Amino acid sequence: ASTLAFIESSKDGSVSRSSLSLLAAAQKLSNPITAVITGSQAGKTAQALKSSFSCNSLEKLIIFEDSKLDTCLPEELTPLLVKLLKGNDYSHFVVSNSSVGKNVLPRVGALLDIQPVCDVTVIKAPKTFVRPIYAGNIISTIECPAEKKILSIRTSSFAPIPEGSTDSVAIEKGTDIPPCDLDVTWVKTIVTKSERPELTSALNVVTGGRALKDKDTFDKLLSPLADVLHAAIGATRASVDNGLCDNSLQIGQTGKVIAPNLYIAVGVSGAVQHLAGMKDSKVIVAINNDPDAPIFNVADYGLQGDLYKIVPELTEKLRN
Amino acid sequence: MSGKRQLRILVPVKRVVDYQIKPRVNKALTGIETNGIKFSINPFDDIAVEEAIRIKEKNKNLVESTHAVSIGPTKAQDILRNCLAKGIDTCSLIDSMDKENIEPLAIAKILKVIVEKRGFNLVLMGKQAIDDDCNNTGQMLAGLLNWPQATNAAKVEFLDNGRVQVTREIDDGEEVIEAPLPMVITTDLRLNTPRYVGLPKLMKAKKKPIEKLDIIKDFPGINIEPQLNTISIEEPKTKPPGVKLNSVDELIEKLKEAKVI
Repeated sequence: ASTLAFIESSKDGSVSRSSLSLLAAAQKLSNPITAVITGSQAGKTAQALKSSFSCNSLEKLIIFEDSKLDTCLPEELTPLLVKLLKGNDYSHFVVSNSSVGKNVLPRVGALLDIQPVCDVTVIKAPKTFVRPIYAGNIISTIECPAEKKILSIRTSSFAPIPEGSTDSVAIEKGTDIPPCDLDVTWVKTIVTKSERPELTSALNVVTGGRALKDKDTFDKLLSPLADVLHAAIGATRASVDNGLCDNSLQIGQTGKVIAPNLYIAVGVSGAVQHLAGMKDSKVIVAINNDPDAPIFNVADYGLQGDLYKIVPELTEKLRN
Repeated sequence: MSGKRQLRILVPVKRVVDYQIKPRVNKALTGIETNGIKFSINPFDDIAVEEAIRIKEKNKNLVESTHAVSIGPTKAQDILRNCLAKGIDTCSLIDSMDKENIEPLAIAKILKVIVEKRGFNLVLMGKQAIDDDCNNTGQMLAGLLNWPQATNAAKVEFLDNGRVQVTREIDDGEEVIEAPLPMVITTDLRLNTPRYVGLPKLMKAKKKPIEKLDIIKDFPGINIEPQLNTISIEEPKTKPPGVKLNSVDELIEKLKEAKVI
């Protein structure tokens, strides 16, 4: 048995935290791992992975240094991944549940006639996996008897592999990228710029709900608190829909799923769809003036009261 | 906009437990409790229905037909009637004949047959169903058909050069891609807000025919047996109730105790 892991190319040649978590999950399958990295920064990413992180099961890195793979279009990636999976006897194929992973994995699965197991949160055995359904309201345990298993991993559920080095790993240059016969063009990516830590990997997250009324209030109240905690800022669907912030900040069933050490919900009511995205956070704090807000049911610590007084006071006291 | 292109739009829709209902595991621990539970159209599919109707309304000479299809129990005809009432032209129900756990891959194979037999050139569907949360079928269908795919659509535009431009929601913002038809587009939340449909329209739609097909007889050769086995389902362990605090100072003390600050 052996595992193929798809590591997403990064724009600067660094290794993303979600890739580190993906490798940690892959190690739980107890197989030797081959990682495939694509895009013009693949070589640099492979070197960074090898020299800075420790992954005992990692045996080989295959790099496809081709800039046409930089945009990660599923129409381009699928033929390559299908070829790798058909030409080798990997028992497992894993990707992270990022927007790239979610986009490409089912397409690969369909062409291999394999139903993937998606959004795996626990690997119980090499063929037994846990995945949440119904927005995390139900937890299912799935057995996959097929010889080849393909999985997407909810990376927030796996602690990243530690720093160190994996000197023994071989880097192999991949050749012969199958051509894409579809006329799809990437036009542009509009990245929401932020000086803050990335939401899905931040250790601390401060989230604002609809109670914050408008964009100005949202920024003025949450930014200083996020600053003192070195936290990422998150949002609910309601606050995104009401124009309080950018939609890349949305946490929940249809947004991002996160599990930081500290999660502070400010003016968040706690709709089921939002809870699906954050209830695995280690310590949850809820600040809300409505004593019946469902968020208090999942919060470890609740503070009921005027958030316009509480948040500045908390910010000030944490700063000192 | 050129009037030559004729869009034939297929909108696959799924009947799911209403999004406002908190699902519970049934007594036999084999599935979720469905007795007396409200079912509705999958909310993302509702957005796809709305988008199909808006495309038709905006570009009268562009759209030849809009067709909704649901693969599910007989009762799924309720959501199909709703689609008709909203303005979808025709629809079919593929009766799942009490087969449960039909996986996305099997659904994609059935949809492929429908697309090929009836010559659809645009499939609009929800990015995921809110019951199994797989987020698979659109990508699979695109792969099986060897069509371009645009998942998580936040904006769909038909360009004068015949291409379709889709703005997609991605982890760190948005991405814009372009492809010619035929293609598969899956819809995300911000694409549109589905309309409500009033009783008069709903009553009128009751008179419209719904084509009925049988998943076994009408789709021979497609294996609908699941590849994956569900061993158990359970409700997540609930945390012990949290503590309500009285002051910011108390909160800071607790956070220090928990070693998170």
